[in-house]
Amino acid sequence: MNVVPVQPPGEPAGPARNEPPALELRGVDKHFGAVHANRSVSLTIAAGTVHGLVGENGAGKSTLMNIVYGYHRADAGEIRVHGRRADFRRPHDAIAAGIGMVHQHFMLVENFTVLENVVLGAEGGRWLAQGLARARAELERIARNHGLAVPLDAVVEQLPVGMQQRVEILKALYRGAEILILDEPTAVLTPQETSQLFTLLGRLREQGKTVIIVTHKLREIMAVTDRVTVMRQGAVVHETDTSATSERALAEQMVGRSVLLQVEKTPARPGGVLLAVKDLEVRDRFGVPRVRRASFELRAGEILGIAGVAGNGQTELLEALAGILTPTRGEIVLQGRNLVRGRVGPRERRRLGLAHVPEDRLRMGIIGDFTAQDNAILGQQDRPAFSRGGFLRRAAIAAACEHKLRNYDVRPPEPGRLLSAFSGGNQQKLVLAREIDGDPQVLLIGQPTRGVDIGAVEFIHRQLVALRDAGKGLLLVSVELDEILGLSDRILVMFGGEIVAELSRAEATEQKLGLLMAGVKEGAA
Amino acid sequence: METYTLIVLLLAATIRVATPLLLAALGGMFSERAGVIDLGLEGKMLGAAFASAAVAAVTGSAWAGLGAGILVSVALALLIGFAGITHRGNQVVAAMAVNIMVAGLGPSLALAWFGLGGQTPQLNAPSQRFLEITWPWAEQARATPAPGLLYAELLSGHSLLVYFAAALVPAAAWVLHGTRFGLRLRAVGENPAAVDTAGLSVNGLRYQAVLISGVLCGVAGTYLSTAASAGFVRDMTAGKGYLALAALIFGKWRPYPTLGACLLFAFTDALAARLQGVALPVVGVIPVQFILALPYVLTVLLLAGFVGKAVAPKAIGVPYAKED
Repeated sequence: MNVVPVQPPGEPAGPARNEPPALELRGVDKHFGAVHANRSVSLTIAAGTVHGLVGENGAGKSTLMNIVYGYHRADAGEIRVHGRRADFRRPHDAIAAGIGMVHQHFMLVENFTVLENVVLGAEGGRWLAQGLARARAELERIARNHGLAVPLDAVVEQLPVGMQQRVEILKALYRGAEILILDEPTAVLTPQETSQLFTLLGRLREQGKTVIIVTHKLREIMAVTDRVTVMRQGAVVHETDTSATSERALAEQMVGRSVLLQVEKTPARPGGVLLAVKDLEVRDRFGVPRVRRASFELRAGEILGIAGVAGNGQTELLEALAGILTPTRGEIVLQGRNLVRGRVGPRERRRLGLAHVPEDRLRMGIIGDFTAQDNAILGQQDRPAFSRGGFLRRAAIAAACEHKLRNYDVRPPEPGRLLSAFSGGNQQKLVLAREIDGDPQVLLIGQPTRGVDIGAVEFIHRQLVALRDAGKGLLLVSVELDEILGLSDRILVMFGGEIVAELSRAEATEQKLGLLMAGVKEGAA
Repeated sequence: METYTLIVLLLAATIRVATPLLLAALGGMFSERAGVIDLGLEGKMLGAAFASAAVAAVTGSAWAGLGAGILVSVALALLIGFAGITHRGNQVVAAMAVNIMVAGLGPSLALAWFGLGGQTPQLNAPSQRFLEITWPWAEQARATPAPGLLYAELLSGHSLLVYFAAALVPAAAWVLHGTRFGLRLRAVGENPAAVDTAGLSVNGLRYQAVLISGVLCGVAGTYLSTAASAGFVRDMTAGKGYLALAALIFGKWRPYPTLGACLLFAFTDALAARLQGVALPVVGVIPVQFILALPYVLTVLLLAGFVGKAVAPKAIGVPYAKED
């Protein structure tokens, strides 16, 4: 690096010597239409540090980083990189200034090889063959230096997620990144992959790189960063050395009030079996088994958690139970009635006391272009309370919806508002309200707090525990280990479509679950 | 005529019918691999057929006709691109609008300019057309059936544009897989956000792809009106653009399989022409309507039966917009 500082550094931040900060933002402001995404944000990040940027969904963290990466342009404000004034019009400019970004949704071409992905946009010449050969040599050197082994000729879609993330990091380093931004890097990783990532980030720091981590997982901030900045509603509200703060303090700064990170609950008192699954097998449309020989029982008054890395059959299991997918073999018995043999469809299952909060609410749970009140009766529209003789009872629907919005603290409580105008957390609360108010015996719930802010998480968790205490059976699928550990009374681990372990809550530790989720058999570890 | 001669002539006809299909399908391949649905093949070809015949008739030069054909086709491609890429409109709707517009505009302009009932004047002079090129000793070679007739009918005796189309297949394959441009093009059809964050212009790449399709459709249209026939007539593409799109899908968006699909469709077409009025054993004379429908029936069957597992470029048809 031969960056010449234009002016002497303003403040000697962090552990830096007499060096300008790697990144300095002053008064960065950004609007998207009516949304004020960033409010005059000022931020200084010292070179050679790992800096955390935390905040709830919609706090403006990703927008801010996308501005630094040149993907969006700020309406106002100033950016300095290594002391030099920068005006990025597009990612190309930011890349040239030594900034690399690993997006939350990987920016990889899935049917390309690793090598092709890395060189895309930096091919080194018009003809591919020579460029690829040169890149291969260079990448092997980078991989050795950073301990970042990646199979260069593998097709990306066949690599595990953790490896795909390494491809993204490699991509940034290949382009000469000195500042590496990672947006929610651990959302899709197993605990083991996460700790590998953190080791790697530590090595990058030792080599003088600057790392910025954007996340809402406070534990990770505490584990890996030197300094942390908290954002709320588009503005920076707090900045501190990591050693001088705690998870609880950061959470309060994020939400703006005190929150419970751990749900309070009494020990479960399981009753009779509500749902029994025997030898269940589900295949996808290519005939590949997604759920293999799954058997378990769900009792009244318990929360049964299903842990696993995304894509190990949990989705298919939930959908088969809900009646969306048809199993190829096995049985599902709901309160004594065999749903598979009886060919009981989703609507009839609902009538029998099964409710379903789908994992992907945008795809299966709600219709964004419908109002809150119409969403609040989806799947229940033919109940006498909501319709008569094929005509909707509008007044009754609106009244019922308003009641739900108030009871579940959905903000703003306006039944006539389009659902897409609510935040993710409020949408999820409405889905939950709809499903719980249907008075189910069994609630299937997938990723209850995906894309939901901390404040709403607390509320949702309390509702689920209350439902359990009312004697219902809950089947909880979540990729968030904290959530599984915090809510479940009993835990199943899925790997490769199989239920590889059943643990009581007392036996389950994060370490143990992490290994099982990664497919390591007990005893082998 | 003996069977052998019949088969050779059938294959020669197949090559001629396949040429415009192949040119259009390869054009569509560039567009669709970049993520832009190319339903406008039909309109671009038809527009080019009209423009090239009209200009060739007026100037007396087939090459001027070719230039005009390409120009019009490119202009139409840019129009669809402007709606679908720059303004993120629905690509299918934009392309269909152009197809319908051209279907009416060609004959109208022809009527206004030439007064010949929606046609262009007959291209009589050899300089106005891309005529068959006879290779050395082709006529003499006819005498010896086995290699000679093949040489005379299949290799020799085609328009320059036919040879151009044939050479285009390996060229397209190489551009797609051997060049930086090809890599970027394939990437933008799969994951435009990856291209954007890599510091490249998504729309720029898509315009380049659409432009290539415009040029190739221009050549295809010119072939129809100045090589395969001697002038423009109303609806002369007769669905060839859609057939080319079907061939592209059947060929899974790859150059060589697409060539195979074009040849297959062309073969059924040529066969249908041969079978008209011919009494077959057992079934007797097959009604003309049925024979003419044969290529289309085959297309439907092939697409329904075999292409179920063809994987389209992932981002096809989706206008690119940055996320917030």
